[in-house]
Amino acid sequence: MKQTQSCADSLQQARLARYSPGSIKASARYLWPLAALMLLLAVNLLLDASFFQLSFQDGRLYGSLIDILNRSAPVALLAIGMSLVIATGGIDLSVGAVMAIAGAVCANLLLQTELPLALVIAAGLATGIAAGLINGTLVSYLKIQPIVATLLLMVAGRGVAQLINQGQIVTFLRPDFAWLGTGSWLGLPLPIWLVIGMFALSQLLLRRTALGLFIEAVGCNATASRYLGVNDKAIKLFVYAFAGFCAALAGMISAADIQGSDANNAGLWLELDAILAVVIGGAVLSGGRFSLLLSVIGVLIIQSLSTTIIVSGVPAKFNLLIKALVVLLVLLLQSDKFRRQLSSWLPKLRKWRKGDKA
Amino acid sequence: MMSVRYLPLWITAALLCLLFGIGGWQFDGFASLAVVSNLFSDNAFLLIVALGMTLVIISGGIDLSVGAVIALSGVAASLLISQYQWHPLLAFALILPVAALFGALMGVLIHVYKLQPFIVTLAGMFLARGLATTLSEESVAINHSFYDAIAEFGFALPGGGWVGASTMIFIVLLLLVIVLMHYSRFGTYVYALGGNSQSAELMGVPVARTTIAIYVLSSVLAALAGIVFTFYTFSGYALAGVGMELDAIAAVVIGGTLLTGGSGFVIGTVLGVLLMGVIQTYIIFDGSLSSWWTKIVIGLLLFGFIVLQKLLSRRTALTTAARSTAHG
Repeated sequence: MKQTQSCADSLQQARLARYSPGSIKASARYLWPLAALMLLLAVNLLLDASFFQLSFQDGRLYGSLIDILNRSAPVALLAIGMSLVIATGGIDLSVGAVMAIAGAVCANLLLQTELPLALVIAAGLATGIAAGLINGTLVSYLKIQPIVATLLLMVAGRGVAQLINQGQIVTFLRPDFAWLGTGSWLGLPLPIWLVIGMFALSQLLLRRTALGLFIEAVGCNATASRYLGVNDKAIKLFVYAFAGFCAALAGMISAADIQGSDANNAGLWLELDAILAVVIGGAVLSGGRFSLLLSVIGVLIIQSLSTTIIVSGVPAKFNLLIKALVVLLVLLLQSDKFRRQLSSWLPKLRKWRKGDKA
Repeated sequence: MMSVRYLPLWITAALLCLLFGIGGWQFDGFASLAVVSNLFSDNAFLLIVALGMTLVIISGGIDLSVGAVIALSGVAASLLISQYQWHPLLAFALILPVAALFGALMGVLIHVYKLQPFIVTLAGMFLARGLATTLSEESVAINHSFYDAIAEFGFALPGGGWVGASTMIFIVLLLLVIVLMHYSRFGTYVYALGGNSQSAELMGVPVARTTIAIYVLSSVLAALAGIVFTFYTFSGYALAGVGMELDAIAAVVIGGTLLTGGSGFVIGTVLGVLLMGVIQTYIIFDGSLSSWWTKIVIGLLLFGFIVLQKLLSRRTALTTAARSTAHG
């Protein structure tokens, strides 16, 4: 089907995807996820009156809101990368394993060498980019399905991280590196600043240049965009490398947070949270559009949800169950068919209630 | 053409024999019936799950929920037996229909609401794992005479081998799935769906019924695997089977099934699981290799098979293109 669409169609689709996606207006696209987040925060406020209180201690802000932001930093970074991958119609299952590899590389460099901090960070980021390039090459040049191509690194990557760590949990004592995860700047914890910085940089790179539009065009129809002169293979390579970069940054934050590298548990299943956040933010897995802001809102929804569950005093064992039900509801609300069914039921319900009163 | 179709299968079988041969040559007691029968009994639950995964993947879908369904059925079985004093068979009779319902729900979401299998079964995974932790966070031990009887049931093979109840259940299921996939109309529907769901629908394949049945079968097989897992561990635990869906998917791919759907063999998946099992056995026998090598070797194997599939499908596509002049 895809090949038969004309080039003009593809461009039109890309425009539509950017300015008025599908049948929903652009404003409505932001409305629902934001409303969900506000609702969750309001529920939190009802449950705990001190929820929005912030206190200032030792040059840093403290409070539940800051806590939510801080805890969602690694997944938010993954989600920024994942948004682009999903926008090209791909998926990256390996980001959790890449987090573990980057953490392991940094931990071992810190432990065994006297390298300056900047070089260690550069090495970690380079690891992530290298992993992303492997994924990207498999997807774009070997034409392997993204889900399989990144499954390889998801399975093998954790093994590689264990190999680097020799099966141990490697701990280090370097306050300067730990600062990445536990430090604060201008009153906010550093992970939040890293997310803000990454978000702003990516937004500039993607929306102030044509890159973002190219990514969406490739996701709509890779063949058509190639005929239009977009190098679809290079674009795909770029998004996986970008996702690897984001994953490495997230991996370094979580390694810095515990001042060690645990190859078995670092970033475990976070790829699923990141994919979920992007989907909750309204992206479709078949690609064609992205919004970094919506993805980050998706992450905040997931994180606030778990905070709400804790605050409300529901035992923690219900956490996963509630999360699953919310996710299912959000997925259903995204389905055109379900929305149509809903809108055909609602008048009937109203009629029925009116009839009841009369 | 037939030889190309069977090539991945032959390669997996050859690798399996090769590794087994190397192991037998290097270590005493490796090439014995005891090792072979352990291969089956230690991996029985994975083999059963992988059967269902083969079905799903041939149909062009994916099921990420199976690992969590294993945990859920294990916890439910052990709670019903230990806490509520149900007879195990009665507990199984309740669990399997519930699992079928769970699979049907996912199938409906995928077919009726046009949601991607990946994300639906991911939500299913959270749901099943969440239900399992809600039922019990701790591991629940099973003490029942039925389980003791199951453990003793079986017959010995020469050379210290043992064919237990789990292996027998697997073999029965394997035969059933082979008949279903390769010798029944339903199997043809599944292949057609994986080849091209639009063409399948136009040809009159009942897409709705088939899609839902596929996910029902996958969930029921996963629940059965969970029950077999309780035979193995004598307990149910909410964190059992974490990541098992990945092992199952890897086995299916190594077994030569195309992840895009429409092509593959049930027996290939069995060979895939056995190959992964032999790698693990080899690493255990060797003793000096660390367990993380298992992951790396399986990753490399996966890579090799995927590249092979690519090359084969490109060759097939070229021959088809050369043959047909009508379609460009």
